[in-house]
Amino acid sequence: MRGRLAHVAGVVLPPVLMLGLLGLVWQALCSHPGSSLPPPSKVIDDTWELIIHPLYDNGGIDKGLFWHLFASLKRVGTGYLLAASCGIALGVLIGSSKWAMRALDPLFQVLRTIPPLAWLPLSLAAFRDGQPSAIFVIFITSIWPIIINTAVGVRNIPQDYRNVARVLRLNGFEYFTTIMLPAAAPYIFTGLRIGIGLSWLAIVAAEMLIGGVGIGFFIWDAWNSSLISDIILALAYVGIIGFLLDRAVAFTGKLIGRGTVSI
Amino acid sequence: MNAGKSEYLKIEHVCKTFGKGETRSEVLRDISLQVAKGEYIAIIGHSGCGKSTLLNIVAGLTEASSGYVFLEGREVHQPGPDRAVVFQNHSLLPWLTVYDNVRLAVDKLNSRKSSAERHEWTMRNLELVHMTHASKKRPGEISGGMKQRVGIARALAMSPKVLLLDEPFGALDALTRAHLQEEVMKIHAELGNTVLMITHDVDEAVLLSDRIVMMTNGPAAQIGELHEVALSRPRNRLELIADKTYIDSRARVLEFLHKKSHYVEAA
Repeated sequence: MRGRLAHVAGVVLPPVLMLGLLGLVWQALCSHPGSSLPPPSKVIDDTWELIIHPLYDNGGIDKGLFWHLFASLKRVGTGYLLAASCGIALGVLIGSSKWAMRALDPLFQVLRTIPPLAWLPLSLAAFRDGQPSAIFVIFITSIWPIIINTAVGVRNIPQDYRNVARVLRLNGFEYFTTIMLPAAAPYIFTGLRIGIGLSWLAIVAAEMLIGGVGIGFFIWDAWNSSLISDIILALAYVGIIGFLLDRAVAFTGKLIGRGTVSI
Repeated sequence: MNAGKSEYLKIEHVCKTFGKGETRSEVLRDISLQVAKGEYIAIIGHSGCGKSTLLNIVAGLTEASSGYVFLEGREVHQPGPDRAVVFQNHSLLPWLTVYDNVRLAVDKLNSRKSSAERHEWTMRNLELVHMTHASKKRPGEISGGMKQRVGIARALAMSPKVLLLDEPFGALDALTRAHLQEEVMKIHAELGNTVLMITHDVDEAVLLSDRIVMMTNGPAAQIGELHEVALSRPRNRLELIADKTYIDSRARVLEFLHKKSHYVEAA
């Protein structure tokens, strides 16, 4: 019991102490009058209403932070799920066909270097609406690492596993489900994790431009109203949710990868 | 089908070359061999002589450049469960349990049988290699020798006409290897499988097989000599140490490997 307690303390104490230390430094640096950024005590003071009422809804964009984050997550979820399904399908295609790879790989290598926001004007022109444009930006941002990692995973399936499949005469579907997906799972989930990280990075920037409900526009709106404390609170939420998304994908990988995905 | 006893598995004038033009290399030249049903054949030769290529051609995993392989009078074109392979590095799927690795083969080949029957058949094959106790473990959690046992169970579960063993015990320590050799002998005695085994271990070849195929060195490896091991079964490793036939067989294979394998091509 004491050993366990000591272990928990050993894991929990260092980050808590570090956080406290950083808070103190921040407090010391920003406490003097005329400081351009608020100290932590003032941030909490200013945003207390937002912290304790995350669910309020006064219509329009005057909503609690929960609703802003929820709207952003919905966009990311839609775009990311589309990217995951298309990305894995395309990755399997270029991983298993030499000709598909030769035809598509150069194209993908160029397209993937385009910054997420550079797609936004084009998608606004195409969709003529902010909502699908933001989802498209998420999609196009997160699909590349998913495609590329899946393709590498499929190409790297050991010959031994292929031989097992050939001796057993597994058909295409059986090969896909029993050999290809589990064998490539570690790579696929690496791609999916990079993808979810990029989506969350892109959504904030995209929402700043398209406006409406969403954590990105909340931050932009706070900046326009000089509510620096609101921005800091929003950033904290963005960081925590980004971390949770990453862990969620990693956890799914562990669950589905049946021991082959070690994250 | 009037395939005679001695023509259960027939390898006829098989040649294999890799590459084209300048980089062309001849690996196997005119290999012919007839294997009777229930016979245990060991193929021995120096590494790189093309033993594995020959086994892969019989398995259908590699295509012969010319020549044919017949099994029960039918030509072999592609891999299939009637020629189950036990791979050198076991090739178990690491994300499946020991049970599921065998069950995968059982499910694929017995789709018309009931689930209970398939379960029974899976367990029976795991029993043959004494692996029922670890059926719920993953390949990563068991030893190299155990993995190879499961590989054998998976192959046996396919009820193959020919069992192809590609240096099955090559990566194991001497004691584990001896133990597995005993088990393979027992299984062979019980089920009467036709076996083609690749090895570079002279003792293993003499102890296990009815006939030893000695391959010359590559490139363009051929069958140098065939040696019949005239030992009765069951064989006991300890009793054989002083057995004249055993000693002679061993001497003959060793002599071939160390003296003759280089010169056959010139002869």
